[in-house]
Amino acid sequence: MEQKFPIKKVSLICAKGAIEDVYASLIMANGAVMEGIETNLFFTFFGMDAIIKTRMDKLHTSVVGNPAMRLPGGMRMPSLLGILPGMESLGSIMMKNEMNKLDIPPVSEFLDLITAGGGKIYACKTAVDMFKLKREDMSEHVSGILTIGEFYEHAGGEGAQIIFT
Amino acid sequence: MAQKTYAGVNVDVNEEGYFTNPSQWTKDMAVEIAKEEGIVLTAQHYAIMEFLRNRYTSGDPLSIRSINHSGVIDVKTFYQLFPGAPLKKATKIAGIPKPASCV
Repeated sequence: MEQKFPIKKVSLICAKGAIEDVYASLIMANGAVMEGIETNLFFTFFGMDAIIKTRMDKLHTSVVGNPAMRLPGGMRMPSLLGILPGMESLGSIMMKNEMNKLDIPPVSEFLDLITAGGGKIYACKTAVDMFKLKREDMSEHVSGILTIGEFYEHAGGEGAQIIFT
Repeated sequence: MAQKTYAGVNVDVNEEGYFTNPSQWTKDMAVEIAKEEGIVLTAQHYAIMEFLRNRYTSGDPLSIRSINHSGVIDVKTFYQLFPGAPLKKATKIAGIPKPASCV
C-alpha cells in the first residue's frame, strides 16, 4: 500500500516588504488554511510592513534593480526608467489592479481571511525591537510577538514544514 | 467518466467526486454528499451553496474572498459550516466543479 505523507502544518516566514514578497507569503498561507492545513505566518524585518496598520495597504514593488520588470505589452523595463518620479507608484498601482481582478484582496483583508480560517499571524521580536514598533502599530490579527526559539516551538509537529518566501 | 448514485439517481462525477454536470444536482443529493463529508446540512449551508451555484452559473470565479461579499455568511462562519477545506467541500456538496482559483 502506498504511504502518504500529507502536509499538516506550515509555518511561513515573510522577511521582505515588496508587494510580491508579501503576497507570496499571504497566498501560500491562505491557500494552506483553505486546505485545512494548520498555518503560522511569521513576519520579520521589512516584511513587518505587511502587519503595520498604516503601511500594510500601501506596499510597493521595486521598479529599479528588478530585471523581470516589464512594461505593459511585455517589453523589458529599462532600469533607468524606474528612477523617474512616480514610476514605482505607477508600477505598484498597476500590480494591485491586476491582482484585484483575480480576486486577490488588499493585505488587510487578506489577514482577515487567513485568521478567519484559523491561521495565526506572528511578529518577530528582533524586528519589533529594531524598528522600535509598538503593539498598537500592528494589526489586531497579530497573535503574538515571538523570539526565534518560540517560532520553532510553534512550527514543530508531524507533517510540519517551514517555508521562507 | 465515473458515476455515483445519490438519492437513487446516477450522476456523472470526476475522479475526485465532483459533479461534472451541475444540472444533475438536487438538494436531496446534497444531504447524501454532505454525509460522506461528515456534515449535516442546515439552512445556512443551503444558502451559501445557492450563492456558490449562482456564481458558478454566471461564470464568476469562486474564491474565499467572494464568500465575505456574499451577504449570506462571513468567512469565519463558512469555515465553521464546512470544517477543514471549506471551499472544496462546499462546492463538492453543491454539485459544482472544484474551484480553480488560488484564493
